[in-house]
Amino acid sequence: MKTMTSVIRLGLTRGWIEFWMNALSLQGLVGLFLAPTILLALLWMFRVREVEGVSFALLMLPGFLALQLTQEGLMGVANKLAFDREDGTLLRAKALPQGMPAYLIARVVVIVLSAFVSLMLVIIPGLFIVPSLATVGVAGFVTLVWVLALGFLALAPIGAVIGAIVKSPSGAVGLSILPMGIMIAISGIFYPLKTLPVISEIFPVYWIGLGLRSALLPEMAAAVEIGGTWRPLETALVLAAWAAAGLLLAPGFLRRMARRASGSEMEAGRRRYTQS
Amino acid sequence: MSKTDTAIQVTGLQMRYGDLVVLNGVDFSVRRGEVLVLLGPNGAGKTTIIEILEGFRGRSGGSASVLGSDPEHADEAWRARVGIVLQSWRDHSAWRVRKLLDHFGKYFGPYSTDERARPVGTDTLLQLVGLTDHAHKKVGELSGGMRRRLDVAIGLVGNPEVLFLDEPTVGFDPKARREFHDVIHRLADLQGTTILLSTHDLDEAEKLSDRILILAGGKIVANGSADQLRKEFSDQTEVIWTQDDQRHVHAGRDATSFARNLLAQHPEGITNLEIRHASLEDAYMTIVQTQETTRSQKEGKQA
Repeated sequence: MKTMTSVIRLGLTRGWIEFWMNALSLQGLVGLFLAPTILLALLWMFRVREVEGVSFALLMLPGFLALQLTQEGLMGVANKLAFDREDGTLLRAKALPQGMPAYLIARVVVIVLSAFVSLMLVIIPGLFIVPSLATVGVAGFVTLVWVLALGFLALAPIGAVIGAIVKSPSGAVGLSILPMGIMIAISGIFYPLKTLPVISEIFPVYWIGLGLRSALLPEMAAAVEIGGTWRPLETALVLAAWAAAGLLLAPGFLRRMARRASGSEMEAGRRRYTQS
Repeated sequence: MSKTDTAIQVTGLQMRYGDLVVLNGVDFSVRRGEVLVLLGPNGAGKTTIIEILEGFRGRSGGSASVLGSDPEHADEAWRARVGIVLQSWRDHSAWRVRKLLDHFGKYFGPYSTDERARPVGTDTLLQLVGLTDHAHKKVGELSGGMRRRLDVAIGLVGNPEVLFLDEPTVGFDPKARREFHDVIHRLADLQGTTILLSTHDLDEAEKLSDRILILAGGKIVANGSADQLRKEFSDQTEVIWTQDDQRHVHAGRDATSFARNLLAQHPEGITNLEIRHASLEDAYMTIVQTQETTRSQKEGKQA
């Protein structure tokens, strides 16, 4: 029990320190602000256009948020894990007593904080650019929060599995960008819904997009969705199922990754890096 | 040697990857407080042995025990008693030196005992490895030599009873190497830390070791102090002298009597007399070459 609390405290401390180190570094700042800045610029350009009485910028926003979340949850997680393995961060954690659980807690802290901040960087300025966003009300914001949280839980374990099985960070990008691209392409977050293949309803990104639209768009916009409703129950169930499956599956992959981490693997990474 | 005096015990250690045999029945033990150096050509299996003993790698057969536990199944309390010097190159580069040592030290606090206080204070560590003046720097800003000294400090933060170092001085300049050797000597003398270190630098092995194991072809082919190995495997001695501005060399096993006769025959005119024993390098070459010849002979017979 005593070690348990000490592990949690170490993990939280480590995560907090690393979040700020990253956030305050040049690379971290660029990474954190680049995507939100582009998205906000797009919102700004379309702020006065309207489609059937609804602000075009508001229509774009759920797609942007879904994109941000997918990027952070899937590629961000996969990439970070692959990097930590290649540069020996993971191995150092393994060499410490209780280092591995503390490392994983710290990673969760960093990933959740980064995702939260990057979403806030879109949502908060968005309130000013898209005035109708402020009219979504309390219920809308509650929906926004649970869809983002559940959506993140559905995506991050997939990212963790990808990060655990690839050989190198470039492999992580390669392996996560493909499913990510496909899921986004067929998710309906940017394309007209009528042409969607049915298969898109299997993947979490479609439901994240739907949930976010239900949170932010006026009630009448549901008319163009499949079945003409927001299907909040189905959204919650599908995302929860993905989250549950991921959280059951990911620890095994992470354990395998931890078990295999060794000095020779890191040395191979170094050689790959210095030769390329 | 009683059981509690043994820090590391390895018996019949085997490691195979498919058909490739990396370790083929390795036996050795290390006393508490001993500095044991693993020496051998690249690919001899040094890293594999160390990784098995660190608990970072499974084995194909045989038994291994470090501080009384099998590293493959050891718990976190065991982990706290073992120090590992990893070679950093990019990890934790945004952390500042002092903060990183402080943070890593906290993992060992719950495992502190009356006999061995954990962790070692950050200031003590910084002083030990000579990084006090660089404590505020980011890890990524350190030079290669300083970085390696930080690696040693991290390996020591838990006041380990056994310390593993896999080729710790690769890429060191002579000054950094000397400083590193001083640190290892201090550790072994002051704290009684058991040290297992691999290298392919013979000079380093000779300077640091209480005992040397030479590994070749997945087996231990020699085991002894640098002196013993020299005597056992290369009994050639060179007698060198100058006579009438002419340099002479005599190689043989009878250096002392040869020199006595030489001086008796030429009471004057002999200068710069020097008797040079075989170096560890000579012994090493003999051992490794013998091993390689017997192996290729065996393979020849089989073919």
